[in-house]
Amino acid sequence: MNGAKFVVLLLIVAAAVFGAALAIGNAYVFFAGYVVLQYIALATAWNILGGYTGYVNFGTAAFFALGAYTTVVLHKLTSLPLPIMMPIGGIVSGIVGLGTGYLTLRLRGSFFSIATLALAVVVQTLITNWDFVGGSRGAYIIRPMTTPLLGIDYIQYLFLVMLGLVVIVVATARAIERSRLGYGFATIRDDEVAAEASGVPTLRLKLLATTLSGAFMGMAGAPLPYYVTYLDPASGFSLAYAVNGVAMPLVGGTSSWLGPIIGAILLGTLQQVATVTISSALNLLIVGLMLVGFVIVAPNGILGLFGLGARRARA
Amino acid sequence: MPGDPLLQVSGLGKRFGGFVALEAIELAVSDGERVGLIGPNGSGKSTLVNCMCGTLRHEMGSVHFAGHTLDGLSAHERTRLGMSRSFQLPRPFNTLSLADNLRIPLLYAGRHGAQPIDERCAELLHMVGLADKATRLPRDLTQIEMRKLELARAMAAAPRLLIADEAMAGLSHHEVDDILALLIRLNEQGVTVILIEHIMRAVMHFSQRLVVLVAGRKIADGDPADVVRDPDVVRAYLGE
Repeated sequence: MNGAKFVVLLLIVAAAVFGAALAIGNAYVFFAGYVVLQYIALATAWNILGGYTGYVNFGTAAFFALGAYTTVVLHKLTSLPLPIMMPIGGIVSGIVGLGTGYLTLRLRGSFFSIATLALAVVVQTLITNWDFVGGSRGAYIIRPMTTPLLGIDYIQYLFLVMLGLVVIVVATARAIERSRLGYGFATIRDDEVAAEASGVPTLRLKLLATTLSGAFMGMAGAPLPYYVTYLDPASGFSLAYAVNGVAMPLVGGTSSWLGPIIGAILLGTLQQVATVTISSALNLLIVGLMLVGFVIVAPNGILGLFGLGARRARA
Repeated sequence: MPGDPLLQVSGLGKRFGGFVALEAIELAVSDGERVGLIGPNGSGKSTLVNCMCGTLRHEMGSVHFAGHTLDGLSAHERTRLGMSRSFQLPRPFNTLSLADNLRIPLLYAGRHGAQPIDERCAELLHMVGLADKATRLPRDLTQIEMRKLELARAMAAAPRLLIADEAMAGLSHHEVDDILALLIRLNEQGVTVILIEHIMRAVMHFSQRLVVLVAGRKIADGDPADVVRDPDVVRAYLGE
């Protein structure tokens, strides 16, 4: 199936998902569904770098929160609509991704991973000490009274916006996988020295992956202030984003665009069920146990269990 | 300039901390030549290859190739200029099929011309006798097949100079002959080859010129028959 047909299929699926959510007629479906969609976008973005090139990013929360706080800044200074704020959040996170990569990607993988961990701490510290966005007290965001699309609630609008982002991120991930770029990423993951010897400009490709991944994470975080209506550093930089960002692709399978979707739907839904039945405090426990279990039993994730881990794409 | 060697290594030196791995290496290789590079284990052969190909940065001296100064260029840039190498321990892309392993240099080295990539992949696999395994993964290969894949991938970059680093290590007599025939065929097609090997039978049969490294220094460079009788070379291999 070519790229254009795949995008059409994604749009049809997205429309069906939105229609089904409307049909259920319960507002909570949109609240919970938004979170799952956010994780699909986040996990797919993470996988563009972590899965395709093998460079593990532990600083998902930094890129995600940068997108969210970009929205806070724009909300205070402008009256830009959310679909414009999202790409701006993506640009901010993308630039930080590029900068982080430029400083660390000349070194081998583990140094980059440690640097992303440090990045999350640095960015959180800066945000916590920035009064304009509320600092440690947080910021209240009042949702607009009307939505650009008449007749739907704002939470339904956020759900739709996040659906649109998922279509963009998943289509991009699949397109990369099946392209010359995807082959280049795979060689970096498999053997970076051999990749260089084969003519692959590994540093340039790694910078591209870091920038793209960071940008999509920022776009996934951009609507968050309107979803939660109160954003503080503790919640914006929550450990949940870092852990889920890694766990969801690993559980689903990192070798394909489909893996993060499977992992995000499985883990995201489990966490939402746990939140309403027992306690949200169990969420990271569930993710941790699933991650340990899959690393032991199915290191290639759910896709690997069904033998779908091998590359089938053609440039 | 016309008449200049294809590869010119001048005063090349490499240190790892206090350890001098290479010292004042001079090496000139002409277009179309078959050069053998030998030396005891630890003499610096692979370090020299890594410095020439850009996998390691050298601290002293310079490397010139096909009219370009390679100093400061990354490995992928040198490959794009026409210098290719196979690794001492094969380093296939394990999650890619054999055909896709060859596709990588064809996509990225930028030297294969107008021929369709799929066609060139098939041609290369046929050349090394792996055509029936195009869709298999490297883990399914035997050792000699792995070494043939390694050479085929180096050839996929359409090099002017191929550096084969111990391509015959661990192979049987018959398998060594296979690889040797392949390298000679490549040379007949116009590829300059530097062969690094311990198997003297293969080195003597292949080389038009023999270079010897001992403890990071070049101690001999010339006709293979003369070099193997050089007292310094004999002393290096057999002792006093």
